[in-house]
Amino acid sequence: MANVVNIILVAVILLNFYVLGTSRLGACVQAVALQGALLSLLPPLVNGWSIHGLGLAGGAFLLKGLIIPWLLLRAIRQLRIKREIEPRIGYIPTLVLGTVTTAAAFIFGDQLPLLPAHLHSMIIPTSLATLAAGFLMLITRRKAITQVLGYLIFENGIFVFGILLAEAMPLMVEAGVLLDMLVAIFVMGIVMNHINREFSSSIDTDHLNLLRE
Amino acid sequence: MLETIILLPAAAALLAGLLPWARLRPLLVPATALAHLVLVCRALPAGLPGTEYAMLGIDALGGLTLLVISLLYAVSSLYAFGYLRCHQEWDNRIFICCLLLFLSAMSLAALARHLGLLWVAVETTTLVSAPLIYYNRNKYSIEATWKYLLLCSVGIALAMLGILFVAYADLKGYGEANIQLDHLIKNGFLLSRPWLRAGFVFLLVGFGTKMGLAPLHTWKPDAYGEAPGLVGGLLAGGLTSVAFLAILRAMQIMTAAGQQAIARQCLLALGVTSLLFAAVFVIRQHDIKRMLAYSSVEHMGILAIGVAVGGLATYGAMFHLLNNALTKGALFMCAGNIHRHYGSKRQCEILGSLKVLPVSAGVFLAGFLAIAGSPPFALFLSEFTILRGIFNTGHPVLCYLFILLLVVIFIGMGSTVIPVTLGPTYGEEVESPRYRDTLLTAGPPLLLLLAVFGLGLYLPEPLRLLFENAAAALEVPQ
Repeated sequence: MANVVNIILVAVILLNFYVLGTSRLGACVQAVALQGALLSLLPPLVNGWSIHGLGLAGGAFLLKGLIIPWLLLRAIRQLRIKREIEPRIGYIPTLVLGTVTTAAAFIFGDQLPLLPAHLHSMIIPTSLATLAAGFLMLITRRKAITQVLGYLIFENGIFVFGILLAEAMPLMVEAGVLLDMLVAIFVMGIVMNHINREFSSSIDTDHLNLLRE
Repeated sequence: MLETIILLPAAAALLAGLLPWARLRPLLVPATALAHLVLVCRALPAGLPGTEYAMLGIDALGGLTLLVISLLYAVSSLYAFGYLRCHQEWDNRIFICCLLLFLSAMSLAALARHLGLLWVAVETTTLVSAPLIYYNRNKYSIEATWKYLLLCSVGIALAMLGILFVAYADLKGYGEANIQLDHLIKNGFLLSRPWLRAGFVFLLVGFGTKMGLAPLHTWKPDAYGEAPGLVGGLLAGGLTSVAFLAILRAMQIMTAAGQQAIARQCLLALGVTSLLFAAVFVIRQHDIKRMLAYSSVEHMGILAIGVAVGGLATYGAMFHLLNNALTKGALFMCAGNIHRHYGSKRQCEILGSLKVLPVSAGVFLAGFLAIAGSPPFALFLSEFTILRGIFNTGHPVLCYLFILLLVVIFIGMGSTVIPVTLGPTYGEEVESPRYRDTLLTAGPPLLLLLAVFGLGLYLPEPLRLLFENAAAALEVPQ
């Protein structure tokens, strides 16, 4: 089991790099969807087969792997956008930054005061690296939709950390968290549509600079 | 009983979504809000002590927040009824649904005894208030909505990370991760210190973003500036109180774990920064709603400082929570009325509004004096109590800085508010179907201001006890 878990976690990190380095939005959404779907397999693999774990896995798979990507792909089609234009920081520097933060996550992860059972596990470094990748996306990209993708990657990082704490959240609360996420993406999609309409067919957040001191 | 407080507005929202008659829908808001207030007033004295696995419960802190929300919402709902009648041509289905769900989510946050549930409730408030901010549907409000949605969602995601860290602290100390609040407070001394501290910092940053503590307040002037006055008041009075409650929950856990000193230092730093930012940006702020937003940053800073100093100042902060909410509600509603009459909220275009809108502009002027802490309004008492608390604990430098910044903010706000209300009017009054004060739009802010005035003269005993109990919940581990 530990091997499968580690393979999934490595795949999650590789997907972080893929998303950071690609300019095609459709591919980005698919990569984030794949990342979410892979992550949803983890709770039963790490914590054993229980109703709680399976419920969480099913819910997360449905949401992160299917519904949210579908919503985002539909938004891309409606808004007729294909590529991220010039990010604030180029793709190569972003990838270098991503590498640095991932390395830092692995070094820092070993220094943390963890339980003996979690020492040298890949879960915490992966979580930190994914959080950093999400933040990088949020900061460096201009399009509203890539910022939403950054937010999703960030949420994925939190999900990885949450796997260590299976029993902390009752299933009802977990369902609430996932539902909130779905509604958040739904509302963000509507807002993107309106940004597109107000600013003559562009969801470039650089237009959003009317309000300032 | 407690479930009813949450489910009643949610059911009303569902009803509003299904009702086909747009004219009847606005009636649902005041009806629900008043019923909610009655339920809260009945639940409050009973007080259910939380058991170790309960998801919902009402303690002094949650009860106080719930009362603040319910009072403000009840008065605002009367205004909402008048406001929605002015905009009969606009579709109000989504607005009313979100307005009612907003009350439901805030009540859930006040009653939650589980950190996960608290998180879900706070995130829900973000999502349902976003369409409220976008009600005016223009370039400016879409920008404000996007910033609000993205910044608060990321902030709340950080808070989730903080909650997971606290859970890990429990896992390491107690052997099982349970983030029920009563469990954490009871077994606080067992929690793993480093994880708890890290968790507290993330919770503070996350919910601090939502509360609008500087330097995490950047969404605030935009969102409050572009939202309708009604929504601005509910955000500045209700939502910030809920976010503050979430921070107070984190404080409670830190206190139980014997980590109060660190928690207070962090909160104090954010509080003083908020006052500084507010003092810098409120000067020459010509947009009245943005000015109120910076005033909100200031008062969040005052609340944070009050709790950070502790002792008497904590009691003052609890009193201040109620006063701030009621006064901000009144100010935002008046700002909304002035905005509607002139079609502008910039100082140069709305001079001398007292002549045309005697009630709204009058309440706006008096509300400014109240929010600046002038006697005999209740904010004078609460700010004075906080100041006395700071002196008692021996921080004279902090005390002088606090007074200095308050004076600067008073002058800064005054230089905008006084021309707006008392200044010379330009040109003759044009006869047009412009907005005029009516009972339903000018009455509610007047009512709120009278309440703040009354509280300044006489504080009812049950309220005083509630403030004392709430302050005590932050002082000693229970």
